[in-house]
Amino acid sequence: MSATPAPAYRVRGPSALGDSGLRRFWNLTRTLAATDWKVRFYGSALGYVWSLLRPLMLFGIVYFVFSYVVKAGAGVDHYGVLLLLAMILYFFFSEVTGAGVTSMVDRESLLRKVGFPRAVVPLSVAVVAVMNLALNLVVLAIFVVASGVSPRWTWLLLPIPLVLMLVFATGMAMLLSALYVRYRDVRPIWEVVLQALFYATPILYPIEAVIGHSEPLAKLVLMNPIAALIQEARHLLVGGTSLTDALGSTALVAVPLAILVGVTWLGLRVFDRMAPLAAEEL
Amino acid sequence: MSGVPADDVAVKADGVAKTFRLPQEQVSTLKERVLHPGRRPRFDVLRALRDVSFEVRRGEVFGIVGRNGSGKSTLMKCLAGIYRADAGEMWLRGRMAPFIELGVGFNPDLTAHDNVLINAVMLGLSPDEARARYASIMDFAELHEFAELKLKNYSSGMQVRLAFSVMVHVDADLLLIDEVLAVGDAAFQQKCYDVLNEARDDGKTILLVTHDMNQVQRFCDRALLLERGDLVAIGDATEVAQRYTELNFGIREHVAIGQTLPAAASDEGAHLLDVWIQDAAGARGEGIAQGSPCAMCMHLRFLAPASDPVFTLTLEDAQHRPVVEMSSEGDDVAGSGEFEVGDTITVGASFDLWLTPGRYELSAAVLHAGPGRHAMATAERVTSVVVTGASRGGGIVDIPHAFFLDRAVDAKPPIQRASR
Repeated sequence: MSATPAPAYRVRGPSALGDSGLRRFWNLTRTLAATDWKVRFYGSALGYVWSLLRPLMLFGIVYFVFSYVVKAGAGVDHYGVLLLLAMILYFFFSEVTGAGVTSMVDRESLLRKVGFPRAVVPLSVAVVAVMNLALNLVVLAIFVVASGVSPRWTWLLLPIPLVLMLVFATGMAMLLSALYVRYRDVRPIWEVVLQALFYATPILYPIEAVIGHSEPLAKLVLMNPIAALIQEARHLLVGGTSLTDALGSTALVAVPLAILVGVTWLGLRVFDRMAPLAAEEL
Repeated sequence: MSGVPADDVAVKADGVAKTFRLPQEQVSTLKERVLHPGRRPRFDVLRALRDVSFEVRRGEVFGIVGRNGSGKSTLMKCLAGIYRADAGEMWLRGRMAPFIELGVGFNPDLTAHDNVLINAVMLGLSPDEARARYASIMDFAELHEFAELKLKNYSSGMQVRLAFSVMVHVDADLLLIDEVLAVGDAAFQQKCYDVLNEARDDGKTILLVTHDMNQVQRFCDRALLLERGDLVAIGDATEVAQRYTELNFGIREHVAIGQTLPAAASDEGAHLLDVWIQDAAGARGEGIAQGSPCAMCMHLRFLAPASDPVFTLTLEDAQHRPVVEMSSEGDDVAGSGEFEVGDTITVGASFDLWLTPGRYELSAAVLHAGPGRHAMATAERVTSVVVTGASRGGGIVDIPHAFFLDRAVDAKPPIQRASR
């Protein structure tokens, strides 16, 4: 028996964040994310190359179709690049929330057998999506250079909408994953919502087209935090209509921001309440 | 005994309670909640643990025993931080590694290599430490050649080996092991025992959930017994194992003395009124100690005249294998005699109860004489007996025996009538 016993600690049961410290939390999150990332490319000859090659080819097709065939963004500078940026951001949101919904249930065997901070599960999904996003942004940079966009100082501000998108997507994923433990119909509902959001967000069409149609409608469209963040990111990348321009007032920016903060807060709250019970309800 | 545990205590539970709410009907769709907003889902309340308090000292091997559903696994999961206890305090000392439900939560789509790394991190190592120990984990599990195989292609025995190997390599001071050593081949089981013994010698504490009372007696220092969520016994492992055997086999209801068995549709010529087994003192319905004299009896009334009927009494074990079958026909009695309608008799056979401890069920039958052995009345598994005591051997029957040992090549076994 060792001479100096380790200190005794109280078992408080599972919780969202746990009491084992930030370092362990991050170790767990990145380990889960790394293996998720690995599984994705299992059994493919080119492996990780696909994570770059796939968006490159996919975006090439979209770029070609919407720049030369459909011409939805006629009159908008660098429409092809803007389209790619919007798609990348939207796919990021859809990846975090889409995979996030089932994340707790997918990790059932771990949750039922090991006590660890429960928030690790949805956060590891977000980390995987961030890795994907980073690769997609590299591909985007290629298109930006290729289409001759001139550098601007506003590029330095681009991380702001990206981080806000990450926060919003993670909060939403936590909310959905917590609800899905109890209500299994959350998943089909969310699949439909994601589809609807895709078309309700100015991605394939520019916001200018909506403004030209009806200004109040454009304002309504931009109340959606995803649309607002994408619009602002576009503006920071190549200029053009900014979020405040489209909304017509700076004060109105508070609405999508409030929705973003509200949903994220709700996600954290709901997840925190569900986390201690996850193992028994799965 | 509330508050911080003493220095030599590794695990302390104080008034731990856990209740599960089980929905009566599975109302888990939003539609149901939307259509019936006012209706709260109704729940059955299952009290899995009630006011459980105990302390385990450092370096102790502590058994947790109980029947299925007694709350053993719930207790382990509360200690492991998987379930949150509703009441009470739990304290642990040192790093804890759980081994619950045969594993540490493997992902079937990942290779053994990846699963080992994830689970080592889950159990408290840093990713670097996990990588450093990977080789010795695979060595211990003897699974190096299958390292790149996906876990879904592993046999359950291989998975358990891998999981066990991870658990013993994370430097835990406290091992929570739930029902695992029964899996794996004999060689690996021995390896598990060796490593657990080593861990115990190193001052590590082991909590072991098991149904195997031999394991408890041989391996554990102390044990506790749970029954329907209550702690009913705690202390010396051998005594707790004894209590478990009694509890496990002794709580079924018996046909009370004097109560008449219902007439069976198959009754033809006789009606079995009562069937029982009793010890020498006449007590029935309780356990009977192994080796003590007892009698199986039946009480019956004839509904038709019978000539030399045959009486059989059978004891079956839990798997419904007939272990003992006694028939009056085989006895040296020429015939049992002539019986008229309304004759009521008691028939029985006495013997010494040399069966392995456990529950046995008693059946009785009255048969017509002759080659057809047509049944007049049968009563199958109407009552049971629990043989109590701790058997050191195995097998179904624990015959009295005497060991001898002789170094001579042509030794003659000193055969004699054995007695205990």
